[in-house]
Amino acid sequence: MRNQMRNQIVSKDKLGKNIYSFWIHNPEIASHYSAGQFLILKVKKEGERIPLTIVDINLKKGNIQIIFQVVGLTTKILSEMKTGEIIPDILGPLGNGVETKENFKNILFVGGGIGIAPIFPKIKEFRMNKKIKNIDSIIGSKNKDSLILINEIERYVDNLYCMTDNGSYGEKGFVTKRLKKLLKDKEYDLCIAVGPLIMMKKVVENAKKYKLKTLVSLNTIMIDGTGMCGGCRLSYNGQTKYTCVDGPVFDGYKVNFDELMKRNRQYEDSECKLEKKIDRKRDE
Amino acid sequence: MRIEPEERSPEIRIKDFKEVNKGYRIEEAIKEANRCKECGLCIKGCPVEVDIPGFIRAIKEEKFQKAYKIINEENILPAICGRVCPQENQCEAECILETPINIGKLERFVADNYSVELDRQIKKNNKIVAVVGSGPAGLTASNELIKNGFDVVIFEALHKFGGVLRYGIPNFRLPDEIINREIDKLKKMGVKFKKNYLIGKTLYLEELQEKFDGIFISVGAGLPRQLNIKGENAIGVYFANEFLTRVNLMKAYRFPEHHTPIKKGKRTLIVGGGNVAVDSARVARRLGSKVSIVYRRLREDMPARNEEIEHALEEGIDIKTLLNPVEIISNKNGKIKEILFRRMKTVGKTEDGRNAIDNTDEFIRIKTDIFIEAIGQRPNKMISNKENDLKFDRWGRIVVDNKMQTSLKKVWAAGDIVSGAATVIKAMGEAKKASASIINKIGG
Repeated sequence: MRNQMRNQIVSKDKLGKNIYSFWIHNPEIASHYSAGQFLILKVKKEGERIPLTIVDINLKKGNIQIIFQVVGLTTKILSEMKTGEIIPDILGPLGNGVETKENFKNILFVGGGIGIAPIFPKIKEFRMNKKIKNIDSIIGSKNKDSLILINEIERYVDNLYCMTDNGSYGEKGFVTKRLKKLLKDKEYDLCIAVGPLIMMKKVVENAKKYKLKTLVSLNTIMIDGTGMCGGCRLSYNGQTKYTCVDGPVFDGYKVNFDELMKRNRQYEDSECKLEKKIDRKRDE
Repeated sequence: MRIEPEERSPEIRIKDFKEVNKGYRIEEAIKEANRCKECGLCIKGCPVEVDIPGFIRAIKEEKFQKAYKIINEENILPAICGRVCPQENQCEAECILETPINIGKLERFVADNYSVELDRQIKKNNKIVAVVGSGPAGLTASNELIKNGFDVVIFEALHKFGGVLRYGIPNFRLPDEIINREIDKLKKMGVKFKKNYLIGKTLYLEELQEKFDGIFISVGAGLPRQLNIKGENAIGVYFANEFLTRVNLMKAYRFPEHHTPIKKGKRTLIVGGGNVAVDSARVARRLGSKVSIVYRRLREDMPARNEEIEHALEEGIDIKTLLNPVEIISNKNGKIKEILFRRMKTVGKTEDGRNAIDNTDEFIRIKTDIFIEAIGQRPNKMISNKENDLKFDRWGRIVVDNKMQTSLKKVWAAGDIVSGAATVIKAMGEAKKASASIINKIGG
């Protein structure tokens, strides 16, 4: 096989409606990665810098995996790139890995929508810790088409619960519906939730009732990812924290979700303009 | 009389991000040079000790390339320094004339128009140095080291080179082409530039220590200082770093052609009194906002360059003084509504001669859509993330000896990571000092 270039797309798969998985060659990121970290990429000269979780790595080949949903112009352009093409800029691995050494025995993972992708590496990481007796996972999304990594996750967990909003796969309803039942019936000592902010907020609210420690992984607006700009900041237990250097994994009890939801929506008007740009591109 | 180059009129320039000052025409430069008495006092005001009377004499003689060579001996970034150095506090402050020679503009004139590539036969010493960070200190060290036979690899975390020159200083003060030109020159000399490498994450310092004969750290002061007042995470509150990075590095002013957006308010308030505050104000003005700079002392105490303050005033930016922000008040949607300020009063002078201030019991509220905090930067300790013994002081700055060497063997540091947030030229001076030590210690 020919030598691969840094940032070259090694393989590309479509996992669901508007959801893609890329394996990308970048040996340095692969060899410095720990589960929970992310990268920032930029798809063209005029492009924006966006953060994406690193889902998996192949150390031997020096490859890294990202999974993303087309939600804006950058992810749209990315989704149109082909195997063999080179992504102009990738910086990583960024943020901190999730700590797996503490003494946990029963862990519950909750993944919502594209947030299912970031929980997968953490599940794998925790599974390697032999002291952990049981790992359960709830994953949920709008419909069957966007429910990803079912088989992959199933291999590593003791029980997998699938939820869809419309009931097209698994049980009908939000992840919190199953969460409430599980919290009542079973005893966990750690919950890790990744998904839309509103979902993480609801998971934390429910877990709090059972005093279940809950970690969340945040996806905020970012530019440099090195702590330089402060755009990714949030209120955390009354203090300001940066997602890029203090996170992305935080104690869910301390995150001010309501404020963060507003912050994450602050460029919605501009995103509309970019959407129009996509539409124009389609028309051409 | 001191000759000032032509400037673009405020009404026109606030509509774009092109340079304000047009630079000298040839006759103007010669005329200004001819005022110089060549006493040489100015040299001691220059952190890199450029032979200023020497290059001015060459201008008088109309030997412009010679002038460039003289400057370039000591300063590899003259086009940049000619624009952003605070000459009024440095070389020009030492000038014996009543109205000092316009040294900065002469330097820029020479660098813009008569840049020559120095033809040097370099004997390689088969040593390789890693330079971490491509800001002014990193570029200066690379030049010094490659000139002295080293191989040099620069690692930059962002996708473009230049550090604070690129993400911090707006194009109307320092156009991108000027930075590009200096970087291209170094590339031609053989310096290898690697982007998207965050040392401490992508590669660890320990790995660089294994692979390189020496390491030069110039990662700058890449963390914003914040006011730590109530309401700081409201929508519409920017730290100057983010505001400037969106515009300078990401070109948000050309949105949607460039994909990074920025909030444009009808009304923008900037808190701070330094160059970053004035830069932010002038950027906001160019984005179409009505802009005020709010400073807690008096205008004469502002650390920003006088020329920049003057430019800001011409552009319709007003400066409100003796006000200290205490709370950011936002509406239900989390958007900023107004800022509560406490009125301050002067109470004598501080040690450095500026006005000392104290609280009053009076408060005022000012409505705004955008609020930018430009109150300083702190060093970024990212490079120490893994286990290593790199020593920092309690302000997060790397501790160095008088030769800019750190607590680690074969590791040097210079620039804002050592001195806190200072000037481009100070960083360059330190980089030269560190380079001399590197050449001395491992060049052999």
